[in-house]
Amino acid sequence: MLLKGNEAIAHSAIRNGCDGFFGYPITPQSEVLETLAVLKPWETTGMVVLQSESELASINMVYAGGATGKCVMTSSSSPGVALMQEGISYMAACEIPGLIVSVQRGGPGLGTIQPSQSDYRQAVYGGGNGDYRVIVLAPNSVQEMADSVGEAFRLMFKWRMPVMILSDGAIGQMMEKVVLPPFKPRRTDEEVRQQCPWAINGLGLLSRKPNFVSSLELDAAVMEKRNRAMQEKYRAIEAEEVLYEEYMLDDAEYAIVAYGSSSRISMGAIDQLREKGVKVGMLRPKTLWPFPEQRIGELGRQCHALLTVEINEGQMVRDVRYAVAGQCPVEFFGHSGGVMPSPEEVVDKMESIINNR
Amino acid sequence: MKEEIIISGFGGQGVLSMGKILAYAGIMEGKEVSWMPAYGPEQRGGTANVTVILSDKPIASPILNRYDTAIVLNQPSLEKFEPLVKPGGCLIYDSYSILTKPTRTDINAYCIDAMVEAARMQNAKVFNMLILGGLLKVRPIASVDDVVKGLYKALPERHHKLIPMNEAAIRRGMELITPSC
Repeated sequence: MLLKGNEAIAHSAIRNGCDGFFGYPITPQSEVLETLAVLKPWETTGMVVLQSESELASINMVYAGGATGKCVMTSSSSPGVALMQEGISYMAACEIPGLIVSVQRGGPGLGTIQPSQSDYRQAVYGGGNGDYRVIVLAPNSVQEMADSVGEAFRLMFKWRMPVMILSDGAIGQMMEKVVLPPFKPRRTDEEVRQQCPWAINGLGLLSRKPNFVSSLELDAAVMEKRNRAMQEKYRAIEAEEVLYEEYMLDDAEYAIVAYGSSSRISMGAIDQLREKGVKVGMLRPKTLWPFPEQRIGELGRQCHALLTVEINEGQMVRDVRYAVAGQCPVEFFGHSGGVMPSPEEVVDKMESIINNR
Repeated sequence: MKEEIIISGFGGQGVLSMGKILAYAGIMEGKEVSWMPAYGPEQRGGTANVTVILSDKPIASPILNRYDTAIVLNQPSLEKFEPLVKPGGCLIYDSYSILTKPTRTDINAYCIDAMVEAARMQNAKVFNMLILGGLLKVRPIASVDDVVKGLYKALPERHHKLIPMNEAAIRRGMELITPSC
């Protein structure tokens, strides 16, 4: 099957037993909602698809749907995801599962509709208030877009927190071959009752006390205790859920760190550099939080220099420098505002790093 | 085998669908494919282009700035993409749609009178299939049979009755293409 990344998200959501999608159109992610409207899952699986009046409404519907233990999601692009940050912070505070798909475009502000990775910090460090984290998955192909939905659903219920798929206009708009996951039925009320005993849905009230979900806690000591418990959960996620992929790193003297569409561009550059005999490889984080800090630290020992390739003005590079901790130089190359780096530019940058060593 | 193609022209000329049919033909041939459009405020009369890659190996970058083959269907596309064809690569243009001919001597330039032929056939919609036929003649990256199979995949079923007409246009395009003169 040949699908756009955005279309793959929609197909995969239905096939992974999603209960509800709430979204608002915005380029370059509108095909998610469009595809769901064409597929009409409400007639087959009973999945709700609703075009809300704004991104604020979308995220609050996800917040509410997640609070009832349902498997719900939204998708948007950069300015829309910016609007959602308050809701994401509330979901994190209340430990509510939910999936946010962010198909990034160039910013700041309304910016451009062309691809970008300039919301790395927004996704990884949180645009909302408070000490919270969001698990961030970074697919780099249409196949991974499809696969990441099921993975996000699994993670958001396992850890009871919002999960983000951080994609971009290039992966969202391009078509590639894709094998969709098999159909999985939506969970029954009984399964929700068993799997989400914390949910506020009236299920199981005969066997337990009413549940209460709120992010407000006026007792500072209790609030701190809640925060500390969440931090413990975050440490466990950092220990268990880091995902990355390596490309030609075994003998690498130089390495590129890149994710999403910039990792595809970097692979093109690495193929060209390898033909010239340069020993270069790539580490591709598949989760941006938790971040493959330890493996990047090892690469800092192995390599003469690291290069991050990003479609922004240099965001992930700071995390790579933190992981490398001064063991080798960490350089950055990127474009922003919707301009895409080319493999040739990455080759030139890597060659200049090597020549200036 | 790896073929990196840019198809560029006006919105409404069938640039994106030609790319999609080519990508499906690639799948029929068991190849890896990618289809990366320039998206945005493209519309009828505006500019549109798509990068299509067919390869035996997994595709690294779907975004390129050098191409094995460029198909240019208007003057701005010719000006933009002629310099980006790899030496020894291929440039195909529609004779009626450009004002000044390509000048590079280190590439193989071909022209095809598809706009005029489509008008003669009184069917503007087959324009892109005439062009596709021309491409397949000079760069046999997929068989016509596989392209036709690709058409069955790319087109919704209600349009399948039009496929024989499209196939005829592809074969006509193969006859029409000539070296640039």
